[in-house]
Amino acid sequence: MKIGKMKSHRRNRLLLVMFLVATSASAIGLAMLALNENINLFYSPEQIVNGEAPVGPLIRAGGMVVMGSIKRSTEDLGVSFTISDLQTSEVTVQFVGILPDLFREGQGVIARGTLNSDGIFIAEEVLAKHDENYMPPEVEQTLARAHKDNNGA
Amino acid sequence: MIVELGHFSLILSLGLAFCLSVLPALGVYRHQNQLMALGGSLSAGLFVFVLLSFFCLANAFVTDDFSVNYVARNSNSDLPIQYKISAIWGAHEGSFLLWTLIMAGWTLAVSILSGSLTLDMRARVLSVLGGLSLGFILFILLTSNPFDRSLPLFPSEGSDLNPLLQDFGLIVHPPMLYMGYVGFAVPFAFAIATLTSGRLDSAWARWSRPWTNAAWAFLTLGITLGSWWAYYELGWGGWWFWDAVENASFMPWLVGTALVHSLAATEKRGVFKSWTVLLAIFAFSFSLLGAFIVRSGVLTSVHAFAVDPERGMFILIFLVLVIGGSLCLYAFKATGIRSEAGFDWTSRETFVLANNMLLLVATGAVLLGTIYPLIYETMTSGKKISVGPPYFNTIFVPIVMVLFAFMAAGPSTRWKKTPVSRLVKSLVPTFLVSLTMTTGLVYFFAAQFEFVAVLVVTIAGWIFLGLVKDMFERVNNKTNKLVAIFRQPFSYYGMLLGHLGIAMAITGVCLTIYYSEEKDLRMVPGEMVEVAGYEVTFKAMNKVRGPNYRADQGEFEVMYNGSRIALLHPEKRFYEAARNMMTEADIDPGLFRDIYIALGEPIDNTAWAVRVQYKPFVRWIWFGGLFIALGGFVTLVDRRYRRGKAVNQQEMAGVTV
Repeated sequence: MKIGKMKSHRRNRLLLVMFLVATSASAIGLAMLALNENINLFYSPEQIVNGEAPVGPLIRAGGMVVMGSIKRSTEDLGVSFTISDLQTSEVTVQFVGILPDLFREGQGVIARGTLNSDGIFIAEEVLAKHDENYMPPEVEQTLARAHKDNNGA
Repeated sequence: MIVELGHFSLILSLGLAFCLSVLPALGVYRHQNQLMALGGSLSAGLFVFVLLSFFCLANAFVTDDFSVNYVARNSNSDLPIQYKISAIWGAHEGSFLLWTLIMAGWTLAVSILSGSLTLDMRARVLSVLGGLSLGFILFILLTSNPFDRSLPLFPSEGSDLNPLLQDFGLIVHPPMLYMGYVGFAVPFAFAIATLTSGRLDSAWARWSRPWTNAAWAFLTLGITLGSWWAYYELGWGGWWFWDAVENASFMPWLVGTALVHSLAATEKRGVFKSWTVLLAIFAFSFSLLGAFIVRSGVLTSVHAFAVDPERGMFILIFLVLVIGGSLCLYAFKATGIRSEAGFDWTSRETFVLANNMLLLVATGAVLLGTIYPLIYETMTSGKKISVGPPYFNTIFVPIVMVLFAFMAAGPSTRWKKTPVSRLVKSLVPTFLVSLTMTTGLVYFFAAQFEFVAVLVVTIAGWIFLGLVKDMFERVNNKTNKLVAIFRQPFSYYGMLLGHLGIAMAITGVCLTIYYSEEKDLRMVPGEMVEVAGYEVTFKAMNKVRGPNYRADQGEFEVMYNGSRIALLHPEKRFYEAARNMMTEADIDPGLFRDIYIALGEPIDNTAWAVRVQYKPFVRWIWFGGLFIALGGFVTLVDRRYRRGKAVNQQEMAGVTV
């Protein structure tokens, strides 16, 4: 059947369907593009120490805050601390800003930011959760894996 | 003893829910009126026993019965009484009991207010609702019983409610939110009842509409309260985080908004019948999906409920049964339905369709971003990612901008056909006026010219002016215009309020994003900082005591143009029982701006980390939300839905003949 000979309501319907397909295709395309640019991969301290984490892009890192590692600047809100998988690997994190209420030594935290070429993690945001007993699943897995690797080796 | 009574009455209500799900349906199948009529008394019984069970748990909280695990984990004898009550829904088990209570409440309301329904329709609806209650109560009893005791050795003191939840916002936010979530079960039940009966006429749209509007209004209220609470209690001034759990409440709201509009088209014009049924199924499915996301712990969220895979599994199975079952039913039953009424490209029907499409695309985008971490983890065998707010902003904002443009035009359209010239004539002037006014206001009052801010506020103004113009056109040919304004149907006022609310909310969102100023800094008493023309001086630091906490309380003086406008007292609290630190911000609220001060942590003996924020128009976000919710509630008093039984039965007779 030629389009020209279609009844007008059929042609309208076809146009509608084509419009819908085009809209949803572009929406999905846009969504995938936006997704790929905005996902933040998680890396454990061990992966960062081994050089598996990229230098530059926005990533997340997590671990336990090492006891006695929190150092504050005397002039501004700068702070640095070390996160660890409690076995072999440690990474230094630097942050300027206000830390969350539940941030303290010995607590599991996740930081979002970038890794610089000296292997120091420059955090834009530090997260510690609402609930004191809550451990971010990423950190929990990191600790478990490091523990297993270390005891297995 | 009372605790056991609560547990026992919950088991009884399980039995009643089972009867409610089976007996009226059996009555429909066997054409037995007595069985069908059982629905009413069974719903009443179900509600009474769930309520009793809820009171028993409340009693355990009020009397500090720490032998009950749930009470011991979420309360403390020093906790003020209002928080002991709200602690009932402060964690997973009790909040699900509240959910079940609200479910039973909606069921009872349907059974009482469904006098205009035919006997078999009422039986079908109540059976579906009973089936859902059955699933929820089973879930509580099997996986999350709030009545579990730890005998004989129990703690003498409770470990206290999470300090973040000791707040007015958390007393009211969950009940409102659940009213919305669970309320969508009613249009869902109507949809299933209609599908099984095979009578998909516009009468069902008239039945579903008030229920849908009510549930949607509650959900709006719940989300608004949640955002407000996050702003002053949790967020350090943030009001929306695109967190998995927020998205879980936002997705049913988006679908619900689509449903509210398409129900209007179905009721008034008889179009989109099968589509509307599908939306009703979707809206409730997203509510259940939300419950799954919140309670299974599959996604990392700030709202971390205790994580338990068994619970996640139960809800997942329930989800698959309900969604899968209803979609199968839909596939088999909804194919033969045709909408006879035609409509033109420039009709209001087209605009409703555009609204629905855009809202669903927006929902899809939010869904994709919310569950993408799960998909990614499965595809890459265990790599963890998070999807940041930039994703949601990039994708969501363009979609809703198009939606808002349609929304500005929508009320000016007519059903069936609107002449294009008329549409242009009514829309172009309002747009130009709004553009001129916005540009002028931004030029004179704003610190800098932001193109996007001008665009969004122009659209908001366009929506507003369109509403005003439409109202005047409606009364133009009346002799007494002022009286006529107050004589419009309530559903029209509902639309006005809802759209006005959106215009306010997007103005607030946009201006807050573009013109907020925020300073995080280290301050010692006596020091002054200037934010957006306001001079904020850190005066002193005092120690204060509350009922179950002690706090460091700062004193900040806010000056503007040389005169003092506020003295703010932000606190850093230490809750002794839970050994938890909490930030209690202090805000000088205003219609056009908030000054927000929060204490970080002590840096040395005298210095503190302090966050000072200037938030213009932030309250418009929640005022907008309140207007939208109010709009939903106002439609409920529309005369159309209060017409007596006789009228409706007459109409029913007309339909069936």
